Amino acid sequence: MSTNTATLPVGRYAYDQVDRTFLSQRVAQFRAQVNRRIAGDLSEDEFKPLRLMNGLYLQLHAYMLRVAIPYGMLGSDQMRELAHIARTYDRDYGHFTTRQNMQFNWIRLEDTPDILQRLADVDMHAIQTSGNCIRNVTCDEFAGAAADELLDPRIHAEILRQWSTLHPEFSFLPRKFKIAISGSPQDRVAARFHDIGLVARPGAQGRPVFDVFVGGGLGRTPVIGVLLRDNLPEEDLVAYLEAIVRVYNAYGRRDNMYKARIKILVQALGVETFREKVDAEFALMNRADYRLDPAIVDGIRARFGIPALDAPADAADTLAAARRTDARFDRWVRTNTHPHRHEGFISVVISVKPDGGIPGDVTADQMDLIADLADGWSFGEIRVTHMQNVVLGHVRKDRLHELWQKLVAAGLGTPNIGLIGDIIACPGLDYCSLANARSIPIAQKLSARFADPELQENIGKLHINISGCINACGHHHAGHIGILGVDKRGEEFFQLTLGGSASNDVAIGQIIGPALPEDETVDAIARLVDAYLVLRNEGEEFIDTYRRLGAASFKDAVYAPA
Amino acid sequence: MPLLENGRIAEDRWVEAVDGAPLPDGAVIVPFARLEEGLARTGTAPLGVAIEPDMAVEQLRVALPRLGLVAVTFGSFRDGRAFTQARALREHLSFDGEIRAMGKPLPDQYEFMLRCGITTVKTERPEDVTVWQQAHEMFSVAYQPSTLHERPQGLGLRRFLS
Repeated sequence: MSTNTATLPVGRYAYDQVDRTFLSQRVAQFRAQVNRRIAGDLSEDEFKPLRLMNGLYLQLHAYMLRVAIPYGMLGSDQMRELAHIARTYDRDYGHFTTRQNMQFNWIRLEDTPDILQRLADVDMHAIQTSGNCIRNVTCDEFAGAAADELLDPRIHAEILRQWSTLHPEFSFLPRKFKIAISGSPQDRVAARFHDIGLVARPGAQGRPVFDVFVGGGLGRTPVIGVLLRDNLPEEDLVAYLEAIVRVYNAYGRRDNMYKARIKILVQALGVETFREKVDAEFALMNRADYRLDPAIVDGIRARFGIPALDAPADAADTLAAARRTDARFDRWVRTNTHPHRHEGFISVVISVKPDGGIPGDVTADQMDLIADLADGWSFGEIRVTHMQNVVLGHVRKDRLHELWQKLVAAGLGTPNIGLIGDIIACPGLDYCSLANARSIPIAQKLSARFADPELQENIGKLHINISGCINACGHHHAGHIGILGVDKRGEEFFQLTLGGSASNDVAIGQIIGPALPEDETVDAIARLVDAYLVLRNEGEEFIDTYRRLGAASFKDAVYAPA
Repeated sequence: MPLLENGRIAEDRWVEAVDGAPLPDGAVIVPFARLEEGLARTGTAPLGVAIEPDMAVEQLRVALPRLGLVAVTFGSFRDGRAFTQARALREHLSFDGEIRAMGKPLPDQYEFMLRCGITTVKTERPEDVTVWQQAHEMFSVAYQPSTLHERPQGLGLRRFLS
């Protein structure tokens, strides 16, 4: 067994009594707000932003509660509490979101204060998972583990989480505000599709520096973020972000919620004017007040548990031998693992997207099992990915085969990470009051259609993203193949976009042609994939072939007569 | 609701200018459009100005040394621009007079207002003052610097609120 010798939880910030007191005060505040609402002292219009700031949405059929999982990091004890909430207050399952959070879809308003208290008991909350405020800061799912990482971004993600929590000036912004942070040159956080994307690396003086991208986003108006500032010193991180958000708060549009995000402001002003305003604000600030002292950073860092990475010298050999004798295991290792910075360890992605399943849904029993596996194999540490999967960050290579067997036995061994079955989909019209179309059934049909693992691996890397409406919660613009649900005279149609990417080769997908009826969409995508398999050159991924040949080569396949 | 200062009911010594009427004697709050008229008054009676959320407070820089009060407006509780205006008045323009919140803020925003430099609240809302007082006493720490320069708690950017 991997044992955690540290007393602090591995991979996440350890709360102290001050943080716990704060959370219990927050629960008391919300309980009082619910009581004022029930007593009629708050109108629904007034209550709405207050409940949203605690992650509580009113959906089609019930309230939905979105629980914050800061930078996707979760302890096994916390996962078990989520399982308990799913069993007790929901219908035995939860849903991982693309912002690394968990949603419960069948919540009663009157239960919410008790649920928040239970979350607070394990140092969790739902603060700012919704509303026009700074949302959960997202981060690389392989943070602190990846071989290609330059700097562990979780420390600064935690600092920004704390800084943005109940921020007095920025809790009533024009619109929501999303920040992502990466410490690897390989962008796994979609930094340029965020209101602010931060890419960190070690600077000359041994302290981190940050490239700051601003004004990216998906939604109705997809925009790739622009580099606002490079090499921002760590000590100015909070001051510079204050300056950006202050300019946004003052000048962002408030007359039209669809034009209220910072990307619209950056476009309207032009990046040079926007930068001038930010620089002017930054110059006026008393920087000493906002200085992020290295001692502050190191104090937060000291609250993170560090895994003791001890592996036998022959751990890698043991893994190699197991791969030679077990072809199914070998395939899964190829698709579902990521290189670790320690040669005896590896990071594992548990797919919660079984063939024909609902992307991101996980049952209470599966949550408990994942918690047990995390305790046994990865220092009790769990990561939720923006692809709606789960990562065990630090698994000893010689123990990987045993872990895989447990996952397969539990139906969690699907070898499809990064492949066509690893679909991102929003909740769609099955749950959401905004949606035009049902995203989940399309995802399930595609997943079932391409279930064959050999076929999936042959097709290679291919991201499918499905959104049920133009608000783009399924990030369809960023998918290699994007699918957007639209309503045509009461019928569900689906519009395809091709060529999007949220990685280093960031791009917005382009519409290929008229939207397709629901019952033709899956066949059209199958023909599209077949065309790619014929057209591709040796070693090309779908996105490469698309970029080489353009949309025209695929259009005939999509619109071929049935 | 009566005037609120630091969570308590306070006496209001200011009157608001009436549209179309001459400015009264004594402490008066004029809209920004009548600021010149207010500054032209003779005598030593205090002058305040009420600004709209879309105004850059930089426009007050020249007049500010002669102003005893700036009123910021929450046209709706959803509109957070007044927070930024108040903070800029304190931090960039070093204004040390009264900053008053007017309009329709929620009591749940009271602590945010205080931390952004707002000192008094005069709202059109009906709530009992106790709801505002409770909001003021709700939290014992905050997680970021503010205009109040609260005492650091020791870890991270945390501050003691009381």
